Amino acid sequence: MRVEVRDLVLRYGETTALDGVTLSLEPNKIHGLLGRNGSGKTSLLSVLAAFRRQSAGEVRIGGEPVFENTAVTSRISLIRDEGETVDLGTVDDALFFAEWLRPDWDAKFASELLERFALTRKMSVKAMSKGQRSAFGVIIGLAGRAPLTMFDESHLGMDVPSRQAFYDVLLADYMARPRTIILSSHLIEEVSPLLEKVVIIDAGRVVVQEETQALLARGTAITGAAASVDAFTEGLTVLDSRHLGGTKSVLVYGALDEERRRRAEAAGLELGPVAMEDLFVHLTGGPR
Amino acid sequence: MFDDRSPIYRQIADRIKADVLSEQIKGDEQIMSTNQYAAYYRINPATAAKAFQQLVDEGVLYKKRGIGMFVSPDARENLRAARRETFFAEVVDPMVTEAKTIGIPLGEVVQRINELGAR
Repeated sequence: MRVEVRDLVLRYGETTALDGVTLSLEPNKIHGLLGRNGSGKTSLLSVLAAFRRQSAGEVRIGGEPVFENTAVTSRISLIRDEGETVDLGTVDDALFFAEWLRPDWDAKFASELLERFALTRKMSVKAMSKGQRSAFGVIIGLAGRAPLTMFDESHLGMDVPSRQAFYDVLLADYMARPRTIILSSHLIEEVSPLLEKVVIIDAGRVVVQEETQALLARGTAITGAAASVDAFTEGLTVLDSRHLGGTKSVLVYGALDEERRRRAEAAGLELGPVAMEDLFVHLTGGPR
Repeated sequence: MFDDRSPIYRQIADRIKADVLSEQIKGDEQIMSTNQYAAYYRINPATAAKAFQQLVDEGVLYKKRGIGMFVSPDARENLRAARRETFFAEVVDPMVTEAKTIGIPLGEVVQRINELGAR
């Protein structure tokens, strides 16, 4: 389902969590939502899931407004960071309610996922470990097969093998049944290869909305003798700079054309790709 | 826009080019699907598709609508020719630089090359 957000504002009393967010997310793609703590990621997803009503602005999902619109909200799933929050009793009980709420629910897929993540139907949700609860949330999100499925740090509580299993299952199921997926995560390097598009928000505003690979292509790490690096990077947007003796390494933002690349090589400079994490740090204002 | 210097593109392209050069995959043979590559490398299938498109643009692969992607019949010869062109700059010159840096006389390097060549 296409997600259209225009001039979205969300206030909690004196606090402005979302300060004029405008976005358009194409259907049937995996989108990443990246932002620092308190940047407004969870607020944005909560509005998209109709858990909260916006203070101003417009939200349309699949062309429809979402707030108090059950025809649309039953097709939207938001899995939050606590994992499966509905402390209803056992896994089996929670699955019953998920199936009841979700028109696109796939019970067979849910059973396969339980086995894959080593959960059993008799387990009490309350008694689960953090990792198990995350895994269970992910299972509910995947088996719900909602046309708009959002994971808000859902897999943060999982250990590395479980997270890898999550990425594998998510990709395989997405390829078999394309749907709109939004992944919000602090594990930027882990999730960015999965993302076709990425939205970065900071202080309640959109900083970047771009194809993941195109965004990565805008960053270049330039390393070499300090004087040559300085001469080459004059006039370019330098996001970061580090020294080690006479060697300097800078992170430049903005595509470099072939001519510039040839000049860099002629000057004995080394050009390399940058990590999404590094771009993220500098696009969201560095440490604070 | 897709950057042919991107690490993901490199991973896929290097793998396919190596397989073509070693004749693991031959001309007119079908390569695995975008989805299989995406699952293997744990990447978005659209990204894998762009890497493939880049290889089509480079003439390494060609598409058959509705069937899949195939290795161009002349891909291996073209890759070999391209590698020959950069061989001295990318393989021999760095080796000579390294030999000089660590103090191996070039005569010894040449001797080794001749020995290996005679085998």
